[in-house]
Amino acid sequence: MTEVLALLILLTVIAAIITVVTPNLLYSVISLGAVGFLLAIAFLFLAAPDIAIVQIGVEVITLVILIRATLGRETQMIKISRAVVGVAFAVAFIAVIGLFGIQVFTEFPQFGSPVMERFTDAPSATYLQDGLAETGAPNMVTAVLLDFRAWDTLGEATVLFCAALGTVAILRRRARRND
Amino acid sequence: MIYSLCLLLILVGFYGVVASRQTVKIVISLLIMQHGVHLLLLLIGYREGGMPPIIDSGDTVTSFAGLAVDPLPQALVLTSIVIGLGVLALMVALCVRLYERYGTFDITEIRRLRG
Repeated sequence: MTEVLALLILLTVIAAIITVVTPNLLYSVISLGAVGFLLAIAFLFLAAPDIAIVQIGVEVITLVILIRATLGRETQMIKISRAVVGVAFAVAFIAVIGLFGIQVFTEFPQFGSPVMERFTDAPSATYLQDGLAETGAPNMVTAVLLDFRAWDTLGEATVLFCAALGTVAILRRRARRND
Repeated sequence: MIYSLCLLLILVGFYGVVASRQTVKIVISLLIMQHGVHLLLLLIGYREGGMPPIIDSGDTVTSFAGLAVDPLPQALVLTSIVIGLGVLALMVALCVRLYERYGTFDITEIRRLRG
């Protein structure tokens, strides 16, 4: 089980590397789709079917938006000899951050033993215990989203509305004339 | 070991943000970083051999609470995925607008930016 999951994440990383290094923007968008759909399968293995469904839907819309933005435009990157010093500096920078990250992950609990088991008063344990009785929803993710933490969902809707408003304002062809 | 693979995914996205020269490529790299962070949150909440946090009709609440994975990261990741879509639309709109103005996605050629 864990091996399959590790293999899926490894494939995701390979697809992500292809996405980042390919010079053609359209190829890059297509392999981003591979990253998203592989991650959706990984989410299924992590016992999160709700997230997998949402991930697939969002990934499809993401691909439509990105392909609409890149089709018919100049997508091929002209090869210019990059400064070797710059790339080396970037790689060194990433490597340092990676070393710090590995240090952090050694402090993490072992994979497969969730944090909620360490604390007796963790909110997740309460949600699992009392969720059905208090909200009546058999799906705990929905219970948390729409009942226990409904304020978060309201904030999410606000952010989404603001982003949509900004998108419309940026893409609008004509500005309103000032009186 | 799984955590390090996840960290690798985040770092690949970060490299793309630092090293890319096309605006859309930077947006795509940000998306990869975002995917990595979502995966990390779900990995933290996973329980070995756990089942989805959905109560079946045959389960009792106590046995369910001992078996299901953590629902809280899942709910927050769900929120974050949807917000990510909205922010992506905003970023791509900015990229398209820059393309209409300067005729290129290349950030080294977009030099006439003024505040």
